[in-house]
Amino acid sequence: MRHEVRFSGFGGQGIILSAVILGRAAAIYDQKYAVQTQVYGPEARGGASMSAVIIDDEPILYPKVRNPDIFVIMSQQGFEKYGRNTRKDAMMLLDSDLVYDRPSCRWIGIPATGTAKKELGREIVANIIMLGALTGATTVVSEEALEKAILDSVPKGTEDLNIRAMKRGHELGKEDRKQ
Amino acid sequence: MQGNIASAEGALAAGCNFFAGYPITPSTEIAEHMAARLPKRKGACFIQMEDEIASMAAIIGAAWTGARAMTATSGPGFSLMMENIGYAVMSETPCVIVNVQRGGPSTGQPTMAAQGDMMQVRFGSHGDYSIIALCPSSVQECFDLTAKAFNLADQFRTPVFLMADEVIGHMRERIDLPDEVMVIRPRPLPEGVLPFTPVDNGVPGFASFGTGRRIPVTGLTHNEQGYPDTTNPARHESLVRRLVSKIEDARHEIADFQVVNEDAAFIFVCYGAPVRTVQEVVDRRRVPDTGYLKLRIVWPFPEKLLQRFTNVRAFIVPEMNLGMISREIERHVQVPVIPIGKIGGELHTPEELIEAVHFAGGDA
Repeated sequence: MRHEVRFSGFGGQGIILSAVILGRAAAIYDQKYAVQTQVYGPEARGGASMSAVIIDDEPILYPKVRNPDIFVIMSQQGFEKYGRNTRKDAMMLLDSDLVYDRPSCRWIGIPATGTAKKELGREIVANIIMLGALTGATTVVSEEALEKAILDSVPKGTEDLNIRAMKRGHELGKEDRKQ
Repeated sequence: MQGNIASAEGALAAGCNFFAGYPITPSTEIAEHMAARLPKRKGACFIQMEDEIASMAAIIGAAWTGARAMTATSGPGFSLMMENIGYAVMSETPCVIVNVQRGGPSTGQPTMAAQGDMMQVRFGSHGDYSIIALCPSSVQECFDLTAKAFNLADQFRTPVFLMADEVIGHMRERIDLPDEVMVIRPRPLPEGVLPFTPVDNGVPGFASFGTGRRIPVTGLTHNEQGYPDTTNPARHESLVRRLVSKIEDARHEIADFQVVNEDAAFIFVCYGAPVRTVQEVVDRRRVPDTGYLKLRIVWPFPEKLLQRFTNVRAFIVPEMNLGMISREIERHVQVPVIPIGKIGGELHTPEELIEAVHFAGGDA
């Protein structure tokens, strides 16, 4: 089963790291194939940021995302650029604190930035909440693989915070999906 | 792992112990990674130089001390290196240069992919010469071919180029790291043999500085002792013919390639990132009667490989430039060669290549 996952948001939110973690979870801990790419522009922090992961049971030949079936959108600008014309059967997780529009495909609003700030005290883990939500809402990677990949990727001393963010995201992703 | 990091790791696995460079997008991760890793190795050294001219000079100097030396750059830096690349060719200095190609000319498109330096790598410095250029099309090949580049550099006493591109350099994939990689060092310089006397297929032995041999090193035309001898036509001719032939004569022996569907009517010839699109189209049977020749070593160009395709009706050559290697192919074959040059920074899509097959007369 091939999945194409598109992340978008603004620079500094960890959009590229999110894709790297997801790809690592799939390729190393779920024993699938994964390729991670990004729009690698000269954007500074605050500019639009996009990254992508393809996850497949078979080797991935053409490495670029063509028609994503899963979106993780963390800014209004990111939605406008990548979220408007999705395929009908796509699933979109959006940060409901930062994205005002809603897509025509299936979607789940995750209050990631607010939850990160209020419940966990660190806005910076909003992207990890979104990754956790992905395991709650889809089967693209397993929760165990994601947890290991997060632990590989986050700075020492922040493991506990990040795992709490992932678990909270998982719950949010599982909650009522009809909004 | 990212392609650029895999290049750095491949170099380290091959025993690279000297890196001099000046960071430039999209190759910067290589310098960053070497800066983090090399100082932790005994006797190894990382230097950030003032520019790419100096970077190239530094790796030449390091190579003459016996180091396995490397630099990494992209188009604008590559242009600056040209003069000293000629010096490395003339002085037969083994070294590895990584070029993660971006859109040019000039500063062009720093963050976008291209393969526009494929002729520059072959002919960019002045005078007649030959070099070896490898092109990775996966993160695994970034590792494997960088390690291999060091061996070829030592074996042929020549600068060797890893001509990557932004797509492959910045892509992340899983790779398998071997426990160890094969290491081939230069043939030693035998006692009583002059330092520039060829000892094996046109390649002289190598004695680094400090090993007891007196070796003048110059970019001027020189005799076998290494002393300048610039007005003797026969001397110049034999030296330069040897510099070319030591590499060109080995082109079929060192050829590194993959052939799929040899009997097909439409054969893609590809290297670097476009290989991935070709594989999507051919391996996944998106269009019938197609095959491909994937080149991991593009220069010296192994033209005999083209003769294997006895049923070929057309060669289709997707490149992220306006047609460079396609012309090299055209020189060697009788059937039509269709260049699919794409510039702007994006990889060919499968649809574009399928359309090319239709254009060439293939069935839908």
